[in-house]
Amino acid sequence: MAQKNIQPYMQRTLSADRPFSTRQFFFQWEWLLAAILIGVIALNTSLSPYFLNINSLRDATMVFLDKAFIVFPMAFIMIMRDIDISVGSTVALSSVVMATVYNSLGASMEMAVVTCLLVGAICGLVNGLLIVKFKELSAVIITLATMILYRGIAYIILEDQASGNFPEWFGFFGWGYIYGIPFILILFVIVAFLFGLLLHKTTFGRHIYAIGHNDVASKFSGVNVDRVKVIVFTLAGLMSAVTAVFLASRMGSTRPNIASMYELDVIAMAALGGISTAGGKGRLIGTVIAILIVGYLQYGLGLINIPSQTLLIVVGALLLFAVIVPKLNLSRFKK
Amino acid sequence: MSEYVLELKGITKRFPGVTALNNVHFKLKKGEIHALMGENGAGKSTFIKVITGVHSPNEGEIFLDGKPVTFTNPIEAQDVGIAAIYQHVTNYPDLSVTENIFIGHEKVHPKTKRLLWREMYQEAKSILAQLGSSIDPKREMGTLSVAQQQIIEIAKAISTNARIIIMDEPTAALTARESEELYRIAEGLRDQGTSIIFISHRFEDMYRLASQVTVFRDANYIGSWGVNEITNDQLIVAMVGREITQVFPHKKHPIGEEVLRVERLGKTGYFADISFSLRRGEILGLTGLVGAGRTEMCETLFGITNYDTGSVYLKEEKLQIRHPKDAMKKGIGYLSEDRQKQGLILQWGIGRNITLPALERFSKRGWLNERNEGQLAKQLAEKVHVKAKSVFDLASSLSGGNQQKVAVAKLLTADLDVIILDEPTKGVDIGAKSAIYEIIQDLAAQGYGIIMVSSEMPEVIGMSDRIAVMKEGRITKMLERDEFSQEAILAAAMSETPDKTKAG
Repeated sequence: MAQKNIQPYMQRTLSADRPFSTRQFFFQWEWLLAAILIGVIALNTSLSPYFLNINSLRDATMVFLDKAFIVFPMAFIMIMRDIDISVGSTVALSSVVMATVYNSLGASMEMAVVTCLLVGAICGLVNGLLIVKFKELSAVIITLATMILYRGIAYIILEDQASGNFPEWFGFFGWGYIYGIPFILILFVIVAFLFGLLLHKTTFGRHIYAIGHNDVASKFSGVNVDRVKVIVFTLAGLMSAVTAVFLASRMGSTRPNIASMYELDVIAMAALGGISTAGGKGRLIGTVIAILIVGYLQYGLGLINIPSQTLLIVVGALLLFAVIVPKLNLSRFKK
Repeated sequence: MSEYVLELKGITKRFPGVTALNNVHFKLKKGEIHALMGENGAGKSTFIKVITGVHSPNEGEIFLDGKPVTFTNPIEAQDVGIAAIYQHVTNYPDLSVTENIFIGHEKVHPKTKRLLWREMYQEAKSILAQLGSSIDPKREMGTLSVAQQQIIEIAKAISTNARIIIMDEPTAALTARESEELYRIAEGLRDQGTSIIFISHRFEDMYRLASQVTVFRDANYIGSWGVNEITNDQLIVAMVGREITQVFPHKKHPIGEEVLRVERLGKTGYFADISFSLRRGEILGLTGLVGAGRTEMCETLFGITNYDTGSVYLKEEKLQIRHPKDAMKKGIGYLSEDRQKQGLILQWGIGRNITLPALERFSKRGWLNERNEGQLAKQLAEKVHVKAKSVFDLASSLSGGNQQKVAVAKLLTADLDVIILDEPTKGVDIGAKSAIYEIIQDLAAQGYGIIMVSSEMPEVIGMSDRIAVMKEGRITKMLERDEFSQEAILAAAMSETPDKTKAG
């Protein structure tokens, strides 16, 4: 394409350098979240002398990190403008299957854990397949149906009973330490890092954002939208099963009604972390901070004997704050 | 009483960083159709928004019937009889025609506030009759054709007692015959004393309808002429600011061996028995009326949907295409008609848009390399002359023509043999159009086989090496270059069967 005199515009060069603006750098949601996290820790410290202690900060994670594993795939799903409200039921079903395989079928505990992960992944796979097959139905409705279905199967398997008696080593998931650091915390850091890489540094992650903004244009650009969706929903099922393992380990038993309302906590954490339900927006680091905010809030309020109902108010207010504030900012800067 | 129903003097509108309108003037007489022309980005849209009260100007005055007015919101403009009909019809597809016409200004009982459906229905019917249309006001909006929906929009404007109607590219999505229907309606309104501001990229619209034409360029007022006082060439100079000597740069480029062969392709309900072959360096024009099955056929070649019968050979290899990804891997690329919805991710920068189809090319086993990505994007964006500062500029900030260039750049990331362009210059201003023609010719010269779907007759004739005309899902005529003429194409596109799709 040589220069022609009828070319309407001058030959232009484009910059390939990422523009940097100090204002944009500081007006990031994650800074605000970090400030809230520090605020939560400070508040807790002033209320309870036991709180600000590196050991207690570290050990508290054992209590609240189990559901955090689902937040990452849920963030992926929300970036794709979908939702999965069946994750709590998936946790229940996979843990119930695990307990049953171990206690009633006489399999080894290792085998039972593998089965648990498999069941979780299958639950997610089913969600994903239904969602790409029936595009005219919203993900809310499909996963609402499977949410009821999975929970129902869990009740049929175990009726309304608890099942436990796991071998002693199984307690390691929930209560074990490696070099003085809780095992769950180590795994959480690793999983967060892997999901972060997947979302921000790979073609797969780029495709997730593309789908969230415009799934039609993504398809026209050669993105296999259906495949990406099925994989992400399957990941959500798998991570729900991981949560099931840690939860069953920490509690020493499971029952069909565990992990109820987990889906709401998980979605709330993702939204607080800056993942927009409008699709295409949000970063994983935000969800990590949001998980810690909600977790420490819960833990701190527990230490000073504030009933857990109060926590609901605080988390609800925080979430409302999280979804409203970006809107306020936006309209102010437009003028 | 002033001679002009609407007069704008010295209007300036500034947005942070840009002056969208700089001291522009406009005068509209009663019962006049006044064309407003200019390239995309010339300030036409902002101008309309000033007239309709969406934006208030920073400077300047607006006179209505000689009296100064200010609009602080669109409702005030509507109250004095100004209505606008936009290019992309905005309506409620699940509501009835009547509901669509009266939405926002429903007739209600003065005391009980009950909705007066019967009265609204009657009035809708009479307005439509006045427009010479027989659309049933009880029909669902979504079941109407685009042309019919356009008529409903006009009916809606009339129902607000509009004296001044602004039509923003109303013919962009219409076929020649549907446009003719619209012209007739516009003329009818004019004869009843309504003033119309008509915005269009089509010269034929202007010559056919308008008596006066005003041109904006780069936010400035260039001039206002009687349509008979100005030649086509002078008008182009006024709009573009320079002479475009040759709109269609038909270059001699060697035509090579066959690259694509389609045999008896069919999809029930859409098209049947489509056979043609395409050679390297060849531009095959594909034309016909809207709804003739052109887009549907091309979409099956690209794997958006699948064909039922027939076969496709690329370089003598029989293709099994289930997904656009397969098509692109094999060597077929598609530029869709709707670049806003299907072509680009508007919230993303230019660079990310360009590289989306080819992430593998600069990534290793799935890991992105953003430095390579930026370089590739920069290279391709420059190759098609995208007018922007940086590859991080958002796609939504570009004009239609530049967006289209970005969409073309996306195709260049893959290793393609065949490029299908569906209405590549739709909604693009004349300067950018000729740039896109250059790019297409250049691609042909590089040895791509090109299928160009277009409804614009001069474009098809000016650009193609051969023209396939489709009608009701079949290719009715394949024209060689020496047989090209508007008459031949029209004859093939419309041929024997009587017209069933007449609007209204």
